[in-house]
Amino acid sequence: MKSDLFTIMKKEFARFFGDKRMIMTAIMPGILIYVLYTFMGSGFSEMYATDEDYVYQVNVVNMPQVMTGISEIENINIANVEETEIEDIKTQIREDATELLVVFPADFDEAYLNGPRGMSVSLVAPNVEIYYDSADTESAGAYKILVSYLDVLEEAQANIFDICSGEKEYDLASDEDVSAMIISMIMPMLVLMMLFNGCLATAVESIAGEKERGTIATLLVTPMKRRDLALGKVISLSAIGLISGISSFVGIMLSLPNLMGGSGLENMSFGYTIKDYAVLLLVIISTTFVIVGMISILSTFAKSVKEATSMATPLMVVVTLTGLSNMMGMPEDWYMYLVPIYNTAQCMNGVFSMDYQMLPVVVTVVANVLFSGVFVVVLTKMFNSERIMYT
Amino acid sequence: MSNKVILKAEGLRKTFKLSKKQQNIQKTKEKVKVAVDRLDFEAYEGEIFGILGPNGAGKTTTLRMLSTLIKPDSGDAWIDGASIVKNPEIVREKIGFLTSELKLEEFFTPNYLFDFFSELHGVKPEERDARKKAMFERFAIDEFAEVKVANMSTGMKQKTSLVISLVHNPDIIIFDEPTNGLDVLTARIVTDFLQELKAEGKTIILSTHIFSLVEKLCDRVGIVMDGRMVVCDTLENLTKDCDLEDKFFEICENLTSSEDNTKESEAR
Repeated sequence: MKSDLFTIMKKEFARFFGDKRMIMTAIMPGILIYVLYTFMGSGFSEMYATDEDYVYQVNVVNMPQVMTGISEIENINIANVEETEIEDIKTQIREDATELLVVFPADFDEAYLNGPRGMSVSLVAPNVEIYYDSADTESAGAYKILVSYLDVLEEAQANIFDICSGEKEYDLASDEDVSAMIISMIMPMLVLMMLFNGCLATAVESIAGEKERGTIATLLVTPMKRRDLALGKVISLSAIGLISGISSFVGIMLSLPNLMGGSGLENMSFGYTIKDYAVLLLVIISTTFVIVGMISILSTFAKSVKEATSMATPLMVVVTLTGLSNMMGMPEDWYMYLVPIYNTAQCMNGVFSMDYQMLPVVVTVVANVLFSGVFVVVLTKMFNSERIMYT
Repeated sequence: MSNKVILKAEGLRKTFKLSKKQQNIQKTKEKVKVAVDRLDFEAYEGEIFGILGPNGAGKTTTLRMLSTLIKPDSGDAWIDGASIVKNPEIVREKIGFLTSELKLEEFFTPNYLFDFFSELHGVKPEERDARKKAMFERFAIDEFAEVKVANMSTGMKQKTSLVISLVHNPDIIIFDEPTNGLDVLTARIVTDFLQELKAEGKTIILSTHIFSLVEKLCDRVGIVMDGRMVVCDTLENLTKDCDLEDKFFEICENLTSSEDNTKESEAR
């Protein structure tokens, strides 16, 4: 039994490692993810970055006395304009010819100096209108400067108390915590998706492909037990799928700091320990068996590679969406970790956010191994079924 | 040829469900097609037993049951004492099965495939290497031993399939249409080889619709029509008065007229 199992595994590995195209198909996603995410990250950074020497053109109607200090800001050029020019300037903003139009009420100075205590209950607070183009980086930048300047001006008049003012660091989250939170949100979905894709190509080719080409029937007339064939295929395909999955995982981890560069999180730092990575690997390996088991069963049902790929597409959607289940929070009951794929998403979420217990991890791994065993039994029965194998 | 019965089939029956589409094509309302209908026959050790019949007669289905690829609905067959229903794995150890349905993975070379299938059949490495050398030389595969099957000619692929099906040197060989699709040269190599195997004392069960092949190779013949074995006798007895082709059509005509008579009497 052992010998036949290894013979099948050796053959599957020889098929995979002997074919440069298959190796490339497995490893390329990781490389492509790294390149793509890095490009995307630098693209976002450039998109939202403005030249440090850039001077914003700000057009002001009814410039109040209290705002004269704004002209001291180096990269702001204030132009006083008349109310009659409002529509023209709005057009210029739409055409990116100028950045901003600020319209103050005519009596803004008086209202400001009287402050809220000077206003009767029926009075409405003066409204400052700022017209800008959020799709234009420079216009959006000028808008931010103006709004923060006005906020400060408002607080100066009506400041009762401050929250977290000064240079002190109030957010006690470490860089690791912030990075972990971001990774735990997106990684389970990405890893499950990549793992599924990695397993899909090889498992479909190895089972539906062999069935389509008539080569699996040649194996079925040898004295080998069907169970050895099923187990040999699942183990070797899982190992191959894992290579692909790990390639993608490494690609994602390496490219995340680059991808997040545009959102100001370029200093991402990973504080994961060896134990975290070991737990993660254990969960991923057991999940690979489950995924390969599911795809193998579908592939055995299918008559061709094309049909198997079509049949696996809805499954891929379910697996990917399950990867987002961490958004709904982690389950408190241990038995929820018996549900395959969902348990993986939750475990990965826990590991990535550096907040997990060992019990759910153990339940997940054991459940995944048991499910894989069930899938191998089903696959063995399918290999024994002439209706499935020879139609 | 000895008198030892090495293969005994008793009441083999196999049916297939017909889809609506198949029912329309075959112009029938029957939902089930009887491919093999209570087939009985025996083959003796060291003989070449030919199963002769037109397309769709049930020859391939019979051989697929004997090789344990599919299970009979009822009946059983014993190959060297092992039941195809109860001990399929033992049967598979004893037989070599070759049919055009069984393909070799085109990515691999004959050398790799010979070793791979030898391992699955539990052939020892020394025995395997000696056998590989002899068989590759016999079929002139040695020059192509490291060429991927995908890059071989059809004839060479067929020869490789033949060699691979016999890696374990089985005593009972089942061939479905052994010369189908082969050019005359390769067909000749295969028929010569079958005679060599017979000379070595192997039992060969082959299916074909080619009369000349049966006349050239077979010791005994079973004629199968509509899933039933209508005649099973030695080639000598069957060709006593006329050649095999004439005998075959004579049997066909007799069968058709007796069926017509049955229908008429049923109608009355």
